[in-house]
Amino acid sequence: MTNAFLEISNGEKIERKQIPHLSFNDFHKNILNIVEGGGKVVQYFGYKDDDSSIKFMAVLRTDKLLVTGCDASESYPSLAKTCEPFHMFEREIAEQFGIKPEGHPWLRMVRYHPNYQNKPDVFGNDYKEDIPGNYDYYKVDGDEIHEVAVGPVHAGVIEPGHFRFNCIGERVLHLEIQLGYQHRGVENLLHNVEAKRLPILAENIAGDTTIGHSLCMAQAVEALTSTKVDKGAKIIRTIALELERLANHIGDCGALSGDVAFLPPANYFGRLRGDFLNLSLLVCGNRFGKGLVRPGGVRFNMDDGIRATMNERLDELIPQVTHVLELLFSTPTVRARFEDCGRVSNFDADKLGLVGPAGRASGIGYDARREFPTEHYDKIDIPENKKPSGDVYARAKVRYDEIIQSMKIVRSLINTPIETECVNTSNFDLPASSFAVTVNEGWRGEVSHAVLTDKNGKILKYKVKDPSFHNWNGLAMALRDTGISDFPLNNKSFNLSYCGFDL
Amino acid sequence: MLNTLKNRFEQGCKTNNYPKEKPAVFERYRGKPEINKDASLEIIEMCANACPQDAIDKDLKKIDMGRCLFCGTCERVSNGKFVTFTGDFEISTSQRADLLTDGDLPALAEHSKQHFKKLFGRSLQLRQVSAAGCNSCEADLNVLATPFFDLARFGINFVASPRHSDAIVVTGPVSRNMKTALLQTYEATPDPKAVIAVGSCTISGGPFLGSPEITEGLDTILPVDLFIPGCPPHPLTNLHALLSFFK
Repeated sequence: MTNAFLEISNGEKIERKQIPHLSFNDFHKNILNIVEGGGKVVQYFGYKDDDSSIKFMAVLRTDKLLVTGCDASESYPSLAKTCEPFHMFEREIAEQFGIKPEGHPWLRMVRYHPNYQNKPDVFGNDYKEDIPGNYDYYKVDGDEIHEVAVGPVHAGVIEPGHFRFNCIGERVLHLEIQLGYQHRGVENLLHNVEAKRLPILAENIAGDTTIGHSLCMAQAVEALTSTKVDKGAKIIRTIALELERLANHIGDCGALSGDVAFLPPANYFGRLRGDFLNLSLLVCGNRFGKGLVRPGGVRFNMDDGIRATMNERLDELIPQVTHVLELLFSTPTVRARFEDCGRVSNFDADKLGLVGPAGRASGIGYDARREFPTEHYDKIDIPENKKPSGDVYARAKVRYDEIIQSMKIVRSLINTPIETECVNTSNFDLPASSFAVTVNEGWRGEVSHAVLTDKNGKILKYKVKDPSFHNWNGLAMALRDTGISDFPLNNKSFNLSYCGFDL
Repeated sequence: MLNTLKNRFEQGCKTNNYPKEKPAVFERYRGKPEINKDASLEIIEMCANACPQDAIDKDLKKIDMGRCLFCGTCERVSNGKFVTFTGDFEISTSQRADLLTDGDLPALAEHSKQHFKKLFGRSLQLRQVSAAGCNSCEADLNVLATPFFDLARFGINFVASPRHSDAIVVTGPVSRNMKTALLQTYEATPDPKAVIAVGSCTISGGPFLGSPEITEGLDTILPVDLFIPGCPPHPLTNLHALLSFFK
């Protein structure tokens, strides 16, 4: 193992020549070794090197981050065949580069676009035609089996995606989730746009995770350009990430309450969520934190006036949030609907590689804030929020606990003066032939960006991974043997990103 | 039960009084841009070059709110000498061209389709179509249903089917993969109908300008009646637009 992987830190600049370059067989064998020993996939992607050859790179995590690479061939034996978390990564590589993983258990399109190599399409699609929906869904046959098709346009004000339920009566045997409708070509834009647009794109990968993705980009650029960030900026970024977590978790608790028809918390949390979005606006002028984080620091300070206003708002909000949470969790009809609904066992969650609150609800303690702390997190004690039951209740309870903790974190961070030099222009002069990977715990879980530069210091590959890339299969698993009428509740308990997945 | 009532009292009534009173928005909010026409060419050029969206027209000395993300870069680099963002959230227009502005906007209520007011002024049912984008426009439309904004008090609701709707509200830069679904939703909406473009992605492509996967401007594929700029538009911007245009 010592030669097969390079051990790296979160947000560390690496010269690409330091990264091991293995034969595909060794690459395959060593990766499986780590993953079968409990390691997880952070990134696995293909890229076109300086000499136009296609290469693979994998970043794994144990209690450390490990990176390795190899040459890609025309086809290769699938890793997903023995190791589920590679399933979506291999589909993505097949779609982007036209390279086929042999023996892949479910080789289908991810985002419906032609590959970047002008090779014949692995899935046999002709992209001149309009093809979303032209997809061979998993089928179940038998008497009284029926299918329910939902989307891409849903009933509510939500993102597009297609859900195909195979049911017997009201019981779901299998759910297949097919996305790709939100595909905007983000990664290709990141390769080609002027540097001034990079932070803007990062902010708009998934608007509800603006801070999570912005931090990943900022830390990667800072690592590559050896830019130092002052302590105040780190604290402000930590506050921003926690405010993002608060707004989303509170919104989710409200939505969960609405889905079990208990309307008071649904309405209270709906309003309270907006109040937390407004705290982001208080700091940076945008409710989603857009415009705050830039490589080198933050664009807005938190002077005494801002801190005082935030403290005042929290004086009012914290008791209200706490009381509504208590109301939600102490109501017997709510408990009856949450408990035992959409259970994902620890075994399945581990096999699928679930991350974030969805993973923690199934007993997987991983939290990037604890394991690979960035910003101010090495000075904050984050409890291990794992729960044993893996049901909707557990996914809601993880949020409950994290809301209480995040409110405390924000409160304690704004109690002392925060001084920072605001950033107006960032350094984007990337060094040649370098690599950095960054990992942050967004509110949905592990967000990660990987950046490779070419021999001229231009971005060769910018790989974005939203936690939803791991977790959509968790939702499908939760629905197995669950009543189809419980789908909205389960869907909300995961609340995954379509655009973060579709890129 | 007692707990439910206790919470009800603690929450009180939080609904704002808009449009009678304008709710206060925190000071750093960036709303309608105002242009100083007397700024030196050098400063205007500096702002135009720094703008990540290339939203500033140097010759006309105007800013295109349809491309602008209200990130405030131009204001910062020029120290407010050319562009300043005010706290005014009432920034929507009925014409794409009016979004190219020096700070003067036509009164939205006086748009050319006054018959919409008669048709939909007392009851307006909206079908939202999310067509790529980043989900923050959706989030800040959803928020209109919460008690603070309480959209339903104006007779305006989001509905589940285009068959039940009077207007479609589009968010996102209409990806290649969503175009057909969007056009089918539009077709399924009965006439007379309105089309509302929410957010800079929808209006111009926004942050995704230049990607072959998206449509640069909803008005290139559908007749848009109402343009609501922002990234995302503040909920009050959305509320102002809906009330001024339809009421």
